Amino acid sequence: MIDKKISKVLLLGSGALKIGEAGEFDYSGSQALKALREEGIETILINPNIATVQTSEGVADQIYFLPVTPYFVERVIEKERPQGILLAFGGQTALNCGVELHKSGVLEKYGVKVLGTPVQAIIDTEDRELFVGKLDEIGVKTIKSHACENIEEARKAAEDLGYPVILRAAYALGGLGSGFCDNEEELNTLAEKAFSFSPQVLVEKSLKGWKEIEYEVVRGRYDNCITVCNMENFDPLGIHTGESIVIAPSQTLSNTDYHKLRSLSISIVRHIGIVGECNVQYAYDPMSEDYRVIEVNARLSRSSALASKATGYPLAFIAAKLGLGYGLFELNNSVTHTTPAFFEPALDYVVCKIPRWDLGKFRGVDRELGSSMKSVGEVMAIGRTFEEAIQKGLRMIGQGMHGFVGNKELELEDVDKALRSPTDKRIFAIEKAFAAGYDVERVHELTKIDKWFLEKLMKLHNIYQELGKYNITTITEDMMRKAKKYGFTDFQIARGMRMEHDTDLEEAMFNVRQVRKAMGILPFVKQIDTLAAEYPAMTNYLYLTYNGCAHDIKFERDGKSVIVLGSGAYRIGSSVEFDWCGVQALNTIRKEGYRSIMVNYNPETVSTDYDICDRLYFDELSKERVLDIIDLEAPHGVIVSTGGQIPNNLAMTLDEQNVPILGTQAKYIDNAEDRDKFSAMLDRIGVDQPEWSALTSMKDVRKFIKKVGFPVLVRPSYVLSGAAMNVCSNMDELEKFLTLAANVSQKHPVVISKFMQNTKEVEMDAVARDGEILAYAISEHIEYAGVHSGDATIQFPAQKLYVETVRRIKKISAEIARELHISGPFNIQYLARDNEIKVIECNLRASRSFPFVSKILKINLIDLATKVMLGIPVVKPEKSFFDFDYVGIKASQFSFNRLQKADPVLGVDMASTGEVGCLGDDTNTALMKAMLAVGNRIPQKGVLMSTGQTKEKAALLDAAKMLIEKGYQIYATKGTSRFFKENKVPNTLVYWPSEPEKTPQALDLMHSREIDMVVNIPKNLTVHELSNGYKIRRSAVDLNIPLITNARLAAAFIQCFCTITPDDLAIKSWSEYK
Amino acid sequence: MELNKMERKATLRLSDGTEFHGTSFGYEMPVAGEIVFNTAMTGYPESLTDPSYEGQIMVMTYPLVGNYGVPSVGTEANGISSYMESDRIHVSGMVVCDYSEEHSHWLSNESLGDWLKREKVPGITGIDTRELTKILREKGVMMGKILIDGMEEVPDAEYDGKNFVDVVSCKEIINYTPENPIGKKIVLIDCGVKDNIIRCLLKRGLEVIRVPWNYDFRGMAFDGLFLGNGPGNPDNCSMTAEHLRLFMEEEIRNGGNVRPIMGICMGNQMLGKAAGAKIDKLKYGHRSHNQPVRMVGGTKCFITTQNHGYAVNAKTLGPNWNEYFVNMNDGTNEGIKHIRYPWFSVQFHPEACAGPLDTEFLFDEFVKTL
Repeated sequence: MIDKKISKVLLLGSGALKIGEAGEFDYSGSQALKALREEGIETILINPNIATVQTSEGVADQIYFLPVTPYFVERVIEKERPQGILLAFGGQTALNCGVELHKSGVLEKYGVKVLGTPVQAIIDTEDRELFVGKLDEIGVKTIKSHACENIEEARKAAEDLGYPVILRAAYALGGLGSGFCDNEEELNTLAEKAFSFSPQVLVEKSLKGWKEIEYEVVRGRYDNCITVCNMENFDPLGIHTGESIVIAPSQTLSNTDYHKLRSLSISIVRHIGIVGECNVQYAYDPMSEDYRVIEVNARLSRSSALASKATGYPLAFIAAKLGLGYGLFELNNSVTHTTPAFFEPALDYVVCKIPRWDLGKFRGVDRELGSSMKSVGEVMAIGRTFEEAIQKGLRMIGQGMHGFVGNKELELEDVDKALRSPTDKRIFAIEKAFAAGYDVERVHELTKIDKWFLEKLMKLHNIYQELGKYNITTITEDMMRKAKKYGFTDFQIARGMRMEHDTDLEEAMFNVRQVRKAMGILPFVKQIDTLAAEYPAMTNYLYLTYNGCAHDIKFERDGKSVIVLGSGAYRIGSSVEFDWCGVQALNTIRKEGYRSIMVNYNPETVSTDYDICDRLYFDELSKERVLDIIDLEAPHGVIVSTGGQIPNNLAMTLDEQNVPILGTQAKYIDNAEDRDKFSAMLDRIGVDQPEWSALTSMKDVRKFIKKVGFPVLVRPSYVLSGAAMNVCSNMDELEKFLTLAANVSQKHPVVISKFMQNTKEVEMDAVARDGEILAYAISEHIEYAGVHSGDATIQFPAQKLYVETVRRIKKISAEIARELHISGPFNIQYLARDNEIKVIECNLRASRSFPFVSKILKINLIDLATKVMLGIPVVKPEKSFFDFDYVGIKASQFSFNRLQKADPVLGVDMASTGEVGCLGDDTNTALMKAMLAVGNRIPQKGVLMSTGQTKEKAALLDAAKMLIEKGYQIYATKGTSRFFKENKVPNTLVYWPSEPEKTPQALDLMHSREIDMVVNIPKNLTVHELSNGYKIRRSAVDLNIPLITNARLAAAFIQCFCTITPDDLAIKSWSEYK
Repeated sequence: MELNKMERKATLRLSDGTEFHGTSFGYEMPVAGEIVFNTAMTGYPESLTDPSYEGQIMVMTYPLVGNYGVPSVGTEANGISSYMESDRIHVSGMVVCDYSEEHSHWLSNESLGDWLKREKVPGITGIDTRELTKILREKGVMMGKILIDGMEEVPDAEYDGKNFVDVVSCKEIINYTPENPIGKKIVLIDCGVKDNIIRCLLKRGLEVIRVPWNYDFRGMAFDGLFLGNGPGNPDNCSMTAEHLRLFMEEEIRNGGNVRPIMGICMGNQMLGKAAGAKIDKLKYGHRSHNQPVRMVGGTKCFITTQNHGYAVNAKTLGPNWNEYFVNMNDGTNEGIKHIRYPWFSVQFHPEACAGPLDTEFLFDEFVKTL
């Protein structure tokens, strides 16, 4: 039974979302907190990620929006005095922090007990050498690995093992600083990087081509063990499991294979002494029963979140209970409620996880996939055939694909290379190869992907060909059924029958839908029940399939349910904040007496936790699927405004099909989305906007430029490659961009607008009812316009706006709300210079900053908006943000360290993968917390400054003076150095890498750590200017030296750490800010 | 390519009249049997050759079946099959949702469909096996048929009353010698024993004398007795239980070192019967790899493979017997144990094959008592 002495427990979160550590830890932390609260335990949470569900009211008793670092955690422990701490629910961040606190004696000092897996066991799994030794003790094979302390040792080890080898940095999350080396040259480069992240680097023999298999294992204090799920990577070893398509359960393992690895997992977990949850990864020889253990994660992980969603077994919840001292047999299966948690789920469906990459957003990034993670999100698809699941999944990733087949032609120079060297597009390269006549054997040779998977894909290719023999009148019921069983959408079928030649594809799709329905071919709703229907389960966790003949559930169709459309895969620009919005909407719907229904397919979210709603459809957010669900449910209405852009884009289609949309009506959503309509409206109500035009020829482009002048912001509607948006400063650049990146034509106009410089950007987040604003929040960017609002550092309440500016913004917002008859959440972005206000854009949906402003305001704007959408009377909250005695700062988290070769510079396209929100009694304290929370460190020695144009140089002058006063060394590149000298700021001149013959070299000083902070402001965003500073910026990232590329932010941060120290920061929980 | 092949339609009809339509992927022949479902996600070659499935049509709840093909159907020098659980397929028919014609594994020798065809066992794919399972769960196991389009119907089959043990048991005594003998000899009563039970015994250095189910072994010289698994209603092989009862009586009467007994599955039911207990038919049985059992009176729990439609009614056990294991899902009996003598049996399959290997240590427990 449980330890009754533990009455207060601290849980460490994972901080901002980053590549390798994303929403899955919001899910696991939320589950753990729920498990603790159920026991009456007081919970303390440290997590600066303000957009998460776990940092919402009522999830933990006290929430600290502070960096998850030993320093801050110790201060919280000192204040709160918890008896226990949970380290396994906040990813590698929490785990590393916990290990440090243990090693430094902090946990012992304050008598804090680590609940669950003991720290020694964690260390045994994290330190490679200890790990190998530990498994050697029980004769379990690991990958032969040499721990090296310097490059020389690494070179020697590689020679001994023979190339290719793999390099891994110890204690690094998700394979940071890891990679394959085919030769010594590659090893030298990679090793240097790896040593910058970790004092220890491991060199191992590469097992490319082996299968990669994972097991999720649970063990309780009574030594009872289960494996909840196993998973097989579609891609063979060599591609990080976070980068691989993953199938659950394994598909190509025989019973002997499956249970050999299962038994090994259990003996490993027992020997290490895990209490809770653990993940074991194997390399498995495709031609024998030989294996190697790759690694063991002694904590909840991305894989465990996936396994929870794939099986319905709530791993994090159970792990937390086990940490408190329960035995597995003392806990219930949360699905059946009648059977115990000690069992292994039997699946009667197949699950397919596909990563979502956003590599197109990064300039210069290496697109090749390898042993380190680059994807920013993932989807999970459920089907009763592999083909159904993978086709669903390929649509869900939301990159314009319709499945495995029926896509826009992929442009590939060299198919063989695309198969051999995997990129984010490889699966589509396989289809391309099939179309070019490659057989399964040949593709297998090039990719090493198991032939079973390839045969299945070939089958899809063949069905698609077969469809070509039919048209809408000749297609047989058998053919139609076959296509649907193997995951074809109505759209794919229409395209397969080449209907686009005769009619618009959208229309063709609805034709197919009609014909199909007339044939009686409809999807069925099945439950995920953990026991393959062996026991009755009242589960609300559902998916749709064409491989069935009956529904598992009954549909009330009483108009008492409300469907909330989720936000899909996390991607740059849409992540945990929309999960928060969705969950809040679900909560309100339930509270108000409706049944809540969620449709979403992202396994990293809380909104796809079946406890959170009355019904969860873990399925596509496509027109076809959403309409299927609506047909079955006949809901009271659908909410499209809390899930970001995906549901927002569905508004018009749903409206055309007479689906009741709650809140702002579709035509007004369209009026805001459609640039022409929106502009016309602004003109009508006399609201200013940056000059813009949609242009269809270069001639028109030139004419427009003549009128507005450079720089301009260019947004092509049809993107060939690279970033979607760009700022161009001269004609040369503009022409190059338009010819290389976009295709300007009558059909694909390019939108060009005047790019405003030295202008503030202001955001209005608000909720309106029938066009009247009920509540609002005005926040201000620290950076000037030009940095994407998703990358900007935002303060709320706005601190430095004129009262007049605020008044005007309120007035304009009220007018827009009225014009668009807004009922529900919305967001407007403004430019403000002096008191001149321009509208940039308006979204009639919740925006990224809703959780941030809601939590600072302490008014849940989504709750309010949902009530409005449900038509429930609400009172206008009485709160003025001028009265606030505190400030919130939202800072962005970048993952450039994961994105090899990408230029870490900010621009008009968003690049951050996550954010934090911290509170302070003033801007300085809030900013320091926020900056530290996104991984910046306060420099100890020297700062390298190359500060762009004169205006920016001037902006940083005061900051530079402060640095000198504080005793920092300033290193500056030529122009900056001269400017500083003229202004009496002592500094050392250093040289760009483009002048390698001169010393001192900036890069050398970075390598020797004389420079421990880099401020690099590009003069402009031209290719030439960017390549100049690229090496410095990239090296800063690779060497793990804090980098700031914006003058206003740099000045603010420098001012901050020159004025206060971390010791000056008050340790206050969210509720203490009143 | 499969697409161009003519797919023969087939129907699964339950005795309550419910029909499911699909296509044939095995031998094209109608068949009747008891319809049972199995929730295991791997191990179809092992399950199909498990003699305990004799007379039954097996429904796989896991939808994708056939992925890794079928290993070669050879036997080792000692006569035990290399990869299977017996020398032939025992199920009467197979029902799946999505048969995978494509198969890939280094040990794969042929496709599942080809194997079924060779062994003249029908298979039907394209069935909503989840819906079918729910029906079996709600109404209990029932008889049914696989019908092939254009072929005549088959007469109804019988299950409960039929002695399937007699069908699958060896007909004469077979001796197995281990590679590294420890000098102990055991008698294995074959009610339809799986090959892996024999492998598990041989691996531990035991000499195995496999005798037919109705053979009176009491006069033989041996150190321990092993009761294997087998198909059907245990009441049909009361003779085995009777031999067992007499053996135990004699052992007690003779005093001194009582010879150990271990039983598995049908062996548990035989020992239960011999211990005076009643046997009940379960509504829909346990056929899976994920059955949780708990050792009575402790905190030890195990995940087990199971395949049985009948269970010992623990309440009716004789006074000298205790429950050894209990099923954590439904509380049914999973094993019994004598209070004094080294006699025990389990309802689950410690030899696994297919399924988890967590309880193989029970063989070691048995060997220790020899």
